[in-house]
Amino acid sequence: MKRQIPLFITFFVGTLLILSVFIPPMETLGEDFTLFFDIIAVFAFFLGGGNLVRVHVTKLMKRKPDWGFSIVTLVGFAFILAAGLFKIGNPGDIASSVTAEGSWFQESFNYILNPLQSTMYALLAFFVASASYRAFRAKNREATILLVAAFIILLGRTPFGMALTAWIPESFSIFQIPNLAIWIMNSPNLAGQRAIMIGIGLGVVSMSLRLILGIERTYLGDDRA
Amino acid sequence: MSTRLKEMLVVAVMTVFFVIMYWGKVDGWMTGFQFSFGLSMTVVALIVVSLLVILYLTLQGKMIGRRVVFLYVGISVTLPFFMSLSQQIKISPEVQTLYDGIAELPPGSVVLSAFDYDPPSAPELQPMAESFFRYCFNNDLKVIVIGLWPQGPQQANMAIEKVMLDESIAAKNLQYGIDYVNLGFQTGNEFVIQRMGSDFKSMFPTDYSGTPYDELPLVKNVKNFSNIDYGFNFSAGYPGTVEWVQVAVDRYGLKMGAGNTAVQAPQCYPYIRSGQLIGILGGMNGAAEFELLTGTVGKGTKFMLSQSFAHMIVIAFIIIGNVAYFRGGRKRKL
Repeated sequence: MKRQIPLFITFFVGTLLILSVFIPPMETLGEDFTLFFDIIAVFAFFLGGGNLVRVHVTKLMKRKPDWGFSIVTLVGFAFILAAGLFKIGNPGDIASSVTAEGSWFQESFNYILNPLQSTMYALLAFFVASASYRAFRAKNREATILLVAAFIILLGRTPFGMALTAWIPESFSIFQIPNLAIWIMNSPNLAGQRAIMIGIGLGVVSMSLRLILGIERTYLGDDRA
Repeated sequence: MSTRLKEMLVVAVMTVFFVIMYWGKVDGWMTGFQFSFGLSMTVVALIVVSLLVILYLTLQGKMIGRRVVFLYVGISVTLPFFMSLSQQIKISPEVQTLYDGIAELPPGSVVLSAFDYDPPSAPELQPMAESFFRYCFNNDLKVIVIGLWPQGPQQANMAIEKVMLDESIAAKNLQYGIDYVNLGFQTGNEFVIQRMGSDFKSMFPTDYSGTPYDELPLVKNVKNFSNIDYGFNFSAGYPGTVEWVQVAVDRYGLKMGAGNTAVQAPQCYPYIRSGQLIGILGGMNGAAEFELLTGTVGKGTKFMLSQSFAHMIVIAFIIIGNVAYFRGGRKRKL
């Protein structure tokens, strides 16, 4: 019974959602079912928040390596949660918007989250350059093709790339580096992306059928299937 | 001097540098600070010469460390902001078709713009958002903002605030709720798009600041995608352009364009050739191209020089790295 009920729910909902796409009268039914996603997501928020606190409190209590960062995480979590729930610093009352100008929640977004996330992402530029220097090698034929394509794309976006092949006459303009970059994006890249998308599509259909028909049961914690 | 001390020294120097820069920006003396053309070219020449020296040292078997690479990236990103150099921007076909699609819209058309990104992707997508709003407001298009990413609507507000400072737009005295509206964030990824296909209000009962949907003149008559003339998605990942195409375009026939990060853009090219997307703005380059087409010089154009310099530095170090690789008998690690 512990297995049959989840399998039945999966079969019923999956079949219904597929039929709702192809049978117009069932379309609204399918859309109503999508509301369940929102309801489940609310539980996931509670679970996620609870799990975050549990993991970091345990780390703190046991003085595991880097436990100091857990304090920052917990304080940040509690602060943002309180600022959002109780509308701390909001110019209006408790019923006003959580993101009203001047509220602690909005100020935290503007002056803490925004610069911190941007800084983290900006560091990528340094690591990408360093990784390219140390690892982007013409080791074999495939790597060389990748290297040449990357060179053309990068050069095609710079003034140097434009200047380098500007002397090529208009009748052979396809060989100008910026045009070669456009060609790479519009032809080989397009073909590769399409192949990947078709592959993913077929994979999703196959996996969905396995789930609906109960062949794939790993989501139940059963890894024998 | 120990490594830890060196690192702390670098952090201290950088902190002082950024405090001075910020102070200069706030105080105003930083604005308009520019190298002359001659000095700009001298700086470029010095960087090129130093790279040639590194190449020579590599040929001699002396490798440079990754910190030197970091230094060059830092220089290549920051110095171009002060240089009196400009970059030629070439319009790509996908940006041209996107612009043509928007240019066809008559005044009063309703445009839905979905903000599916957060601050890390803002350097690439915020310039697009600003020039998009600038174009819409200057051409009397009505804009509805939504976000499938929690921070998306806040990014939209920042862009709107910036654009509202333009004299031509300020003169129009645009009204929130009538000329533009921000419906905020809704969780549910592609399911939100699917439900919007039948009823916007069910997903956004209030706007970003809590005003009921029916009290907003711009949207109270907007039932679903059939009331939208054009959709534009700013996307940095999932959920994003792919989901909008799969649901809003394929199932509900929304006419749509997209602005993506440079990393995500190649994934969306198949949708342009198939006609599912009108066009696409890819990364900062796309933003600069769109600014050129709309006749404004924004962040995209300004930041392009920095990006191009960074690209050149990456290319130079890939060449140096490969020289070291072949010079070292394909075995030596850097």
